[in-house]
Amino acid sequence: MNLKEIQDKLQLRLLTAPIDPASIDIRAGYTSDMLSCVMTGAPSGSIWVTLMAHSNIIAVATLLDIPAIIITENAQPDDSTLARASEKEILLYSTTKPSFEIVGRLWEMGVRSQ
Amino acid sequence: MVPDKQPITDDAAGKITRVEELAYELSVGEVMTKKVFTLRPDQTMREALDDIKKHRISGAPVAVDGNLLGILSIEDLIRSLRDGRIDLTVADYMTTNVITARKEDQVVEALKLFVKSNVGRLPVLDSSGVLVGVLTKGDITDGLLKALQTDYEAEELIRYRASHLFEDIVSDRSTLTLRYSVKKDDFSHGGAASNNIKKALLRLGATPQIARRCGIAVYESEINLIIHTNHGGMLRVEIEKDRITMEAYDDGPGIPDITLAMQPGYSTASQAIREKGFGAGMGLVNIKSCVDEMNLTSSPERGTSLFMVMHLEKTRHTSI
Repeated sequence: MNLKEIQDKLQLRLLTAPIDPASIDIRAGYTSDMLSCVMTGAPSGSIWVTLMAHSNIIAVATLLDIPAIIITENAQPDDSTLARASEKEILLYSTTKPSFEIVGRLWEMGVRSQ
Repeated sequence: MVPDKQPITDDAAGKITRVEELAYELSVGEVMTKKVFTLRPDQTMREALDDIKKHRISGAPVAVDGNLLGILSIEDLIRSLRDGRIDLTVADYMTTNVITARKEDQVVEALKLFVKSNVGRLPVLDSSGVLVGVLTKGDITDGLLKALQTDYEAEELIRYRASHLFEDIVSDRSTLTLRYSVKKDDFSHGGAASNNIKKALLRLGATPQIARRCGIAVYESEINLIIHTNHGGMLRVEIEKDRITMEAYDDGPGIPDITLAMQPGYSTASQAIREKGFGAGMGLVNIKSCVDEMNLTSSPERGTSLFMVMHLEKTRHTSI
């Protein structure tokens, strides 16, 4: 699924430098706030939904080839996290909604765990 | 090409191709034709016609000692033929209001001139105004194609060299060792070593699966050194033709009960660490599932040493 479609439908706020979301294909989805669980569970090319806004989410996403992260409940990543995400070409989104709702909406749109 | 009237938007910038980048990187001087055939202003139009026919060109700059005076095109020759005044001089028929490009200009600037003016060729001047070349659209196409070819060859060469590293070096046992030191509590650099290792493995021709599995194993080790040691520790990755050996070691405090530490969900991480998203008690479990061999030894005196091996079978793996 096209990331632009997800961004529009879920009304996500893009926090990072301009990479065209329409050029990114989302192949699956994953949610967890525990980094080790993400390490085992998230397929490459997934969109990751988390409450974590800490800079370590970028390291994990880079390692797993996760192109986009949705940070929920309005948690705010700091400037160094945003800079690192831009450097690694990972799109960070912010939403006020909780993870549960975002995951539900993604599932409705047809995003699956594999 | 990005039209010159519109500013480049972020959206458009994302779509700029390598060719468009090159149009900004290459200078007019790099792609122009340097051997310029010029006409003299005192030549007759008849002589000019002969010269133009001989060189199979459709026009030429008019210059004396590198000073550009005008440009003569086929259209000017036709005009003189029509008027029956072919014995007049080049100076009588040439266009004196010449659009020129500068040698230092980006190719994209010259492209804009071509679009705006609809001329077939641009005389090129250096910074002191001396005629140094001629630029046609064909020159730009050739220049861009050559630059693309060079780009491609350079990237191919790097890829080839890296993936044939072990074939090129003859020894009884060739290894490539990467070492990283990891500091205690340095969460801001957590994942830096593992990402670098993953990148190096891909460069060396490892499959994305192998690079990912090694990356995860090293990441978990890296985080363990950051969280659970007295002073941090070292990561050592040894790459050989048929296997990758990864090692993480520290100088304490050691793991009191390894069997317990290996249990999924068991963690000694503090609440503060858990709030950062760590301490799920899955680190060692993840490592075990990623690598082919794992050996964990620990004592309060000597610290902890984690030894991991990934075998690179021919079937699973091509290059390393």
